[in-house]
Amino acid sequence: MDLATFLVQCLNSIQFGLLLFLVASGLTLIFGIMGIINLAHGSFYMIGAYMAYGLAPVVAGSVGGGFFTTLAFGLLLSVVVGYLLEWAFFSYLYDREHLQQVLMTYGLILVFDELRSIVVGDDVHGVAPPAWLAGSIPLGELMSYPVYRLFISAVCIALAIGMYFVFTRTRLGMMIRAGSSNREMVQSLGIDIKILYRFVFAAGVALAALAGMIAAPVSSVYPGMGDQVLIICFVVVVIGGIGSVRGALLAALLIGAVDTFGKVLLPGAAGVLIYVLMAAILLWKPAGLFRAG
Amino acid sequence: MTTSRPAIVLCLAAVAGLALYPLFASDFGVDLTTKILIYAILALSLELLVGQTGLVCFGQAAFFGIAAYATVRFSPEYAAAAVWWLLPAAVAAAALFALLMGALSLRTRGVYFIMVTLAFSQMAYYVIHDTPVGGGTDGIYLNVLPSVPIGPTQLLDLGDPLQFYYVALGAVVACFGLLALVLRSRFGRALAGMRANEQRMRATGFPTYPYQLAAFVLSGAIAGVAGFLFAVKDGFVNPELLSWHLSGAALVMIILGGLGHLRGAVLGAFALSLLEELFQSRELVGGFADHWHLGLGASIIACVAFLPRGLIGLPQMLRARPGGDSR
Amino acid sequence: MSAGEILLAGRGIRRVWGGLVALDEVSIEVRRGEVHALIGTNGAGKSTLVNILAGEIPPTAGRVELLGRDVGAWSQPRRARAGLARSYQRTTIFPEFSVLENCRLCAQAKHPRPWAFWSAAARCETSLDAARRAAVRVGLGDDLHRKAGLLSHGGRRQLEIGMCLATRPRVLLLDEPLAGMGAEETERMLALIEELRPDHGILLVEHDMDAVFRIADRITVMVNGQVIASDLPGAIRNDPDVQAAYLGEPA
Repeated sequence: MDLATFLVQCLNSIQFGLLLFLVASGLTLIFGIMGIINLAHGSFYMIGAYMAYGLAPVVAGSVGGGFFTTLAFGLLLSVVVGYLLEWAFFSYLYDREHLQQVLMTYGLILVFDELRSIVVGDDVHGVAPPAWLAGSIPLGELMSYPVYRLFISAVCIALAIGMYFVFTRTRLGMMIRAGSSNREMVQSLGIDIKILYRFVFAAGVALAALAGMIAAPVSSVYPGMGDQVLIICFVVVVIGGIGSVRGALLAALLIGAVDTFGKVLLPGAAGVLIYVLMAAILLWKPAGLFRAG
Repeated sequence: MTTSRPAIVLCLAAVAGLALYPLFASDFGVDLTTKILIYAILALSLELLVGQTGLVCFGQAAFFGIAAYATVRFSPEYAAAAVWWLLPAAVAAAALFALLMGALSLRTRGVYFIMVTLAFSQMAYYVIHDTPVGGGTDGIYLNVLPSVPIGPTQLLDLGDPLQFYYVALGAVVACFGLLALVLRSRFGRALAGMRANEQRMRATGFPTYPYQLAAFVLSGAIAGVAGFLFAVKDGFVNPELLSWHLSGAALVMIILGGLGHLRGAVLGAFALSLLEELFQSRELVGGFADHWHLGLGASIIACVAFLPRGLIGLPQMLRARPGGDSR
Repeated sequence: MSAGEILLAGRGIRRVWGGLVALDEVSIEVRRGEVHALIGTNGAGKSTLVNILAGEIPPTAGRVELLGRDVGAWSQPRRARAGLARSYQRTTIFPEFSVLENCRLCAQAKHPRPWAFWSAAARCETSLDAARRAAVRVGLGDDLHRKAGLLSHGGRRQLEIGMCLATRPRVLLLDEPLAGMGAEETERMLALIEELRPDHGILLVEHDMDAVFRIADRITVMVNGQVIASDLPGAIRNDPDVQAAYLGEPA
């Protein structure tokens, strides 16, 4: 493998890893703070991608906006949908056993899938990136790298920094972290824990949907994308440690590297490699790399 | 937990009913019921893990699919393999994977355990789907069905749907009986204790890991029986047999039927399959038949939300209403 | 009454959680025929010490000796099979099973024979016998077939002890057996402990001071992870350090 190809694969693996982190962080947060395992999290990613596809003409027609306006609309919509979903459905799952949570959210995946099928159909779609991001940067003499992929990485990094800032430096972040370890104490401080949880859930949904939206131009928009990302996110969370956002980042980058280089070096075994990685890490650390926090 | 007499009578009646069913059913009915009986064995295997040992395994399809693939892969290309060695070989393949999966997963607990079992079964899926082991993403055919030789003659023709139906029914009864024996044995009671309070069992002197691992292997083996039968029934296997959607469906079956009861697993297999047929039937739901996952998903949610004890627990639930005696 | 040989000992036990020292050089001995009470304020480290002795958590440093052997590397089930039984503060019975089955399952730990899948556990005479005897000994002989979850609070605490006895232990670690009990139930429990004293070594963690001073042969007092006194009850009652830390002004 020459240097240029190696560089391209490095950038790809970082981009993939960061995108995974975006989705997995929502999953691990929702589990770490509210204690619910949500199989439908992958569906939010898929819904985000389909929103990028479906909202674009609507936004262009009504307010004349382009990619970023669509993104903003989609983000707003996801927060609203997430908020309503928590209120109508997920808040009933907090006190239930994990098996029940698994099955109810599994039923939700089926419902979401079919609703998507009814509303937009089962076709695969492409989404074009905005024109000014559609170019490529030359790497060496023969290769070039798509600017849009760098954009994806940049957005993920910005969000990761933003999350770190919110968690460690703001009152909101402190409330969230406190709420995960001591519900009663937070409630006695006058903070309505229900609203807090609703907000956290909506944020998790928005993260996953945003990931789907910005990923759409490179991954296309297709029905099975939610399932695929869900399982990989589970591996991220298992390796990183449930409830640990730090662990999710490290694990996501690790998986991004293993998957990307695996596909290039061992194409026949690519799909299996991340599970072998997971098995190896579990042998060493049965609870994942980091504890919650 | 002893079964009440009415429950035993109902079970025997159900077996008798199933035995008589082919006499007046259509070919389609026999085929569908055979498939349901195979799923019932899968559900029984999962009930051992979830309902009796308290281990929520989201990877049951892996044992099922591995045995199915082993059945096809171990069979010679142009000759019939004797079922006497093919079945144990396929079951052993599934049990071996269960041993590996259990050995690594049992070091984790709770949600972690659920996720890890799911991930390991996905690993098996990708091995079958992507590597030469699986023979291709479209699946592979079983060219010659296994034979059932006794000396020079054939005891059964597994290719005859009617005979195969009774083989499947017999397998369900045998697995049910075996599990019933195991559950009332010392081993089974120890599993029940671990499910009720693992800490107390450890404090009393039971090493929990070997017991749970043994339950895993037994569960994998029984799921393997189902996988073998599935491969022989259609003569065709594809990677979707290891899909986590099948694992999810198996979990739905045992919750729908009623967790904690062997007959709940069988009942749940029938109930889920019939629900699927219902939602796919054009006569009943018209255009929505193409989107039958919608009704299915909604039913799963409703079932878990409103029928926490499953169908088996329904009489008790109804009796607890005002007007009836409550327990 | 002279106590017998040392059945269970912790020597120089140290336990550190992160930066916090939960136990600091704690040593304790439980002898046959002796009720050794362990008292102290909340957070003194009593539960941590019991968990380390039982094998549920490992010590950061120090030795645990059971029947003269170093069992530091032994898992909790292994120590239980060697004769160490413990009861828990929050009752850990099996509420869905009958009283008899609760005891029988525990007795089974001594004769597990898990491979004999064809024989019904409910007909295992060995475990049934030990179970019946244990249940009768704790006073539940008339409730053998009652569902354990339907017992009174005192009944459940009795059952918890019965489950310990079903394994024919040499050492009993009793973690607050009197918690939540009324006067009559307390009397019954104390009479039971009195009856168990000759054949066992009993480590009793308790907050009920009247009961402790009535029944204990020896009292160890812990404060902030350290043993501040370990002596006969009379000496403990008059110890100024103990009074200052725990008992209040002398009567």
